[in-house]
Amino acid sequence: MTYIAKPKLHHPKLPTNKLGFTHRDYEGAVSTLCAGCGHDSISAAIVQACFELDLPPHRIAKLSGIGCSSKTPTYFLGASHGFNSVHGRMPSVLTGANLANRDLIYLGVSGDGDSASIGLGQFAHSIRRGVNMVYIVENNGVYGLTKGQFSATADKGSKNKRGVMNTDSSIDMVSMALQFGASFVARSFSGDKDQLVPLLKAAIAHDGAAFLDVISPCVAFNNHLGSTKSFDFVREHNEAVNRLDFITTREPIRVDYQPGTVEVVTQHDGSVLRLRKVAADYDVHNRIAAMNYLQERGAAGEVVTGLLYLDAEAHDLHGYLNTVEKPFNELGEAELIPGSESLERFNQSLR
Amino acid sequence: MPKPIAAVNDFVVKFANVNGSGSASANQLFAKAILRMGVPVASRNIFPSNIQGLPTWFEVRISEAGHLGRRGGVDLMVAMNPQTWDQDVKSVEPGGYLFYDSTKPMPLARFRDDIQIIGMPLTEICNRQYTDARQRQLFKNIIYIGALSALLDMDMAAIETLIGEQFKGKDKLIQPNLQALHMGRDYALAHLSCPLGISVRRSDAVGDRIYLEGNSAAALGALYGGATVCAWYPITPSSSLAEAFARHCRRYRVDAATGRNRFAIIQAEDELASIGMVIGAAWNGARAFTATSGPGISLMQEFLGLAYFAEIPAVIFDVQRGGPSTGMPTRTQQADILSCAYASHGDTKHVLLFPEDPRECFEMGALAFDLADRLQTPIFVMLDLDIGMNEWLCEPLRWDEARRMDRGKVMTAADLEAGKEFGRYLDVDGDGIPYRTYPGTHPARGAFFTRGTTKNRHARYSEEGADYVDNMQRLLKKFDTAKTLVPKPVARPAKQPTGHGVLYFGSTTPAMHEALDALEAQGIHLDGLRLRGFPFGQEVLDFVASHEQVFVVEQNRDAQLRTLLLSEAGFDAAKLTPVLHYDGTPITERFISHAIAERLRALNVTPLRKTI
Ligand SMILES: Cc1ncc(C[n+]2csc(CCOP(=O)(O)OP(=O)(O)O)c2C)c(N)n1
Ligand code: SF4
Ligand SMILES: [Mg+2]
Repeated sequence: MTYIAKPKLHHPKLPTNKLGFTHRDYEGAVSTLCAGCGHDSISAAIVQACFELDLPPHRIAKLSGIGCSSKTPTYFLGASHGFNSVHGRMPSVLTGANLANRDLIYLGVSGDGDSASIGLGQFAHSIRRGVNMVYIVENNGVYGLTKGQFSATADKGSKNKRGVMNTDSSIDMVSMALQFGASFVARSFSGDKDQLVPLLKAAIAHDGAAFLDVISPCVAFNNHLGSTKSFDFVREHNEAVNRLDFITTREPIRVDYQPGTVEVVTQHDGSVLRLRKVAADYDVHNRIAAMNYLQERGAAGEVVTGLLYLDAEAHDLHGYLNTVEKPFNELGEAELIPGSESLERFNQSLR
Repeated sequence: MPKPIAAVNDFVVKFANVNGSGSASANQLFAKAILRMGVPVASRNIFPSNIQGLPTWFEVRISEAGHLGRRGGVDLMVAMNPQTWDQDVKSVEPGGYLFYDSTKPMPLARFRDDIQIIGMPLTEICNRQYTDARQRQLFKNIIYIGALSALLDMDMAAIETLIGEQFKGKDKLIQPNLQALHMGRDYALAHLSCPLGISVRRSDAVGDRIYLEGNSAAALGALYGGATVCAWYPITPSSSLAEAFARHCRRYRVDAATGRNRFAIIQAEDELASIGMVIGAAWNGARAFTATSGPGISLMQEFLGLAYFAEIPAVIFDVQRGGPSTGMPTRTQQADILSCAYASHGDTKHVLLFPEDPRECFEMGALAFDLADRLQTPIFVMLDLDIGMNEWLCEPLRWDEARRMDRGKVMTAADLEAGKEFGRYLDVDGDGIPYRTYPGTHPARGAFFTRGTTKNRHARYSEEGADYVDNMQRLLKKFDTAKTLVPKPVARPAKQPTGHGVLYFGSTTPAMHEALDALEAQGIHLDGLRLRGFPFGQEVLDFVASHEQVFVVEQNRDAQLRTLLLSEAGFDAAKLTPVLHYDGTPITERFISHAIAERLRALNVTPLRKTI
C-alpha cells in the first residue's frame, strides 16, 4: 500500500478563494478508507471549511492518534504538516505543538476509541487546560481499524454486527467536554454537511478548546440494525437544537430572520455566528443547562446535535501561562540565554 | 577501649533525625559553615518516602583532601532519633564519638564501651528556655549545632554570617537563632570537654567552588540550552528539577517590557502526557524537555519509540532511584541504564549522557538540546538521586558567550524558496541525519506527514519492506554519527603500566577516584576511564582492548552498563568484571576498594608493593 498523490492540475474554471486557492489545494492524498465511510465525509467538510475560511493551508497543523479516523489527516490539507502520533495521545502532542508556536491553527483528529478509551485521560486534560485547538472525534461507536470491537461510546444495549449486546455504560463525549470546561462544544453528523461545515468554521475561529463530536458511521462494522451509530439510526433520531451560519468579519450580516428565532454571537476574533434556533428554549451560553438538556434528551433516545455550548469570551492556555506573543520556535539566543555574567552571579550565590 | 579517633579536617559526621523536625536546615547550616571555613565537605541526605515522622539521616564528610564521595563509616554520630538509636550507635567506628540528648537517662546496655559518649540535656535546655512546642523543636536543632561548633572547634563567625544570610528579609528571626546557637555553644564549653579528638581547622581548600544540587544545575543547563517548554509529572527525585526550572525561568525568562513569559511549564496528568507534549513541542521547533525517574521512563516507552522512528528531538532528565512503588524509591541507584538505552518497542537505541556532578549536569543539560536537535532523537541525561538531590561541591558553572544553539538540520523558507531538494528522510550528507522543516514554514514546499515507521524517504506512506529496511539502516548510520558527538570518556591513568582497568560513570566518580588512590597505596594499580555517554566511542573500545581485566563499577544489581558494553561492543564477557552496589545508599570508597582488592586476590594477582 503506497501513497497516491492526486494530480494537481487545476481545471481552469475551478473557483478560487480570496487567497487564490482552489478547493483542490485543500485536499490530501486519495483516501484508503472503506467506500462510504463517514470519516471521508468529515475530511471533505474540513476541506470545504478551510477553503471557505481562506486559510493558508501551510498555517494549519493537523494531528491525530491511531485508528481509521486518525488516518484521515493524510486525506485532507496535503500542504499542511501532519502528525500521526500514537493511540490515544494526540492531545498531548497537540498541546506541546501549540506551546511551541501559538500562531498556527491546530486540528486534532481522533476516534472514539482513541479519545474515549485509551485516550480518555489526555482528552480530558487537554480540554481542561484550554488548549486553542479544534478537537474532532469521528465517532462510530466501534474500533474500525482493529475490526469492529465495541468502543466506549457504544450505547448500552446496542448490538454489534454479530448480534452481541454491549452491556457497558457509554461515555458521552459531549457531556464530558462540557464538564471538563471546553469553551466551544458541538455535535454533528458526518451525513449532514450543511450542519457540519459551519460548525467546523466556527470552531476554527474560536480562541480556546473547541470540541466537536461528529457521529460518523462505520459502514464495515457498525451500520446494521441494532446499532445506535448507523446512518439510519442517526438520521431518525437526530435532533438539532439550532442551525448555524458562520460569517467572517468581512461579510456584511444580512438580516432576514424572524425576531426571537435567531441569535447573533461575535467571537474574540471578530467572527460572527448566527444561530437559527430550532429548540426555542435552548441557551448555548449556559453550560449547566446544556448538560441537563443532553442528559434528558439522550435518555429519551435522541441524538442532540448543533452548537451546544459557546463561551465567546474564552481564554486559552497561552493566556493562562502568560506567554509572549512571539512563537517559542522563533526565539533566539538573546531572548533565551542569560549569558555568563548572570551565571557568575548565580555561582556567587552558591559559595 | 580503642584510642579516640584523632583527625583534623578529615572525618565523617552523621546526623540521625526525625523527618519533618526542621533538622534539615540546621544540618545544612553545619555543612555550609565548614565550607565557609575553607574545608571541602560532601553532604548527603538519606530520607524516607514521607513528609513527617520517619527516620532521616544527613551525612557530612569533611575532607580537606577533597574526597567528595562517601567514605563509609561514621566518626561522630549525632543521634537525635530514639527510633534508630541502636543502629545509629552500631554504625560508629571504634574510637568514634556519639553525641546524644541526655535529658532522659538511657540504660547502659544501649551504649558501647569502645566509643566516646557525649551527652547533653538538649530537651531540658529547650524546655527551660522556650514554651512554644514548635520553637522547642526548631531551636533544639540550632542548639546542637552550637554545641558541635564548640566540640569541633568551629569558627563561630562563619555560622553567624550564614544565619544572617539565611534569614535576610526575615530579620526578626536572626537574633533568636543566634541566641540558641550561643546557648548550645556555651553549654558545651562549660560542661563538655572541647574540642574532641576530631576538629575543623580553617583552610583554603575550597577555592572558588560552588555548592549546589544537580537538579538545580541541570534545570539551569536546560535554561541555558534554550529550552522553552517543560512538561513533567511529580516524582521524587526529579520533581525538584522541574521546580528549579520554574524558579530559574521566573528569574531569567520574563520579558522585562511586557512581563510575559518566554517559557511554558506544564504539570501534566502523567508521564505519557509529559513526553507527548515534549515531542509535540520539539516537532514544532521549540526546545522541550521532561524530568522524571524510573517509573516515568516505563510509562514513556511507547512515545520514546515514536520519537526515535519519527526522528523528533526530545530531552529527558532521568533522575534515577530504586525500583517501583514507594520507600526504596527515595534512595539512589543507577538502574535505568538499559530501560533508557533500549527504551520502547521495535529496534530502538538511544543516546545517554552521564554527568558526574552538578557542574556536568549543567553542561550536559545544555548540551543535550544541541544533541537532540542535531541528531533529531531523544537524549537522556542520566542523573541519580545522589547527584540530583544533594548539594555537591563542584567547579563553578561557566558559559562561553560565543556559543550558539545548534538547531541541527532545519530547512528554512529561504532554502525551500531557493529550490533546495527536501525529503524528510533523505540522507543528503551521508551522516544518516536528514533535514526537517518546522510546520508553517513555506506556503507550497516542505510540508510532510510525520508517522512512525511506515514511510519512505520522502515521508510518504509506505508499507514496503525495502523502504523500511532502508530507513532502519540509515538510523543505524545516524547512531554511528552519535558516537562522534557524545562527550568523550575521561581517562585517569595509573601511575605505572597495568593490565587492569576500571570503567565507571556518574555519581560513582568521586568515591571511585578515592578508591583508585587507596588501591594504589596498597600497590594495586588500575587505569580508570569515566564514561560520559552512550553510544560508546572508539576510546572505550580501545580501553577495553588494551587491558586484560576491566572492572565495571555500577550502582545496580544487574550490571546494566556491562550488559550494554557486551551487547554493543561485543566484548568477551570474562574480561569485564562487575562491581555492584545497590542497597540504595550512595556507593563508598571503602566498598569499591574492598571489592576490587578482593576480586584481584581471587584472581591471584599479587599487588606490587611500593618500593619505599
Ligand atoms: C497502544 C496501542 N494499542 C492498541 C492499538 C491498536 N489499535 C489501533 S486503532 C485502534 C482502535 C481505533 O478506534 P477508533 O479510535 O474508534 O478509530 P476508528 O478506527 O474507529 O476510526 C486500536 C485499538 C494501537 N495502535 N496502539
Ligand atoms: S472500517 Fe469502518 S471506520 Fe474504518 S474505514 Fe472502514 S468504514 Fe471507516
Ligand atoms: Mg471508532
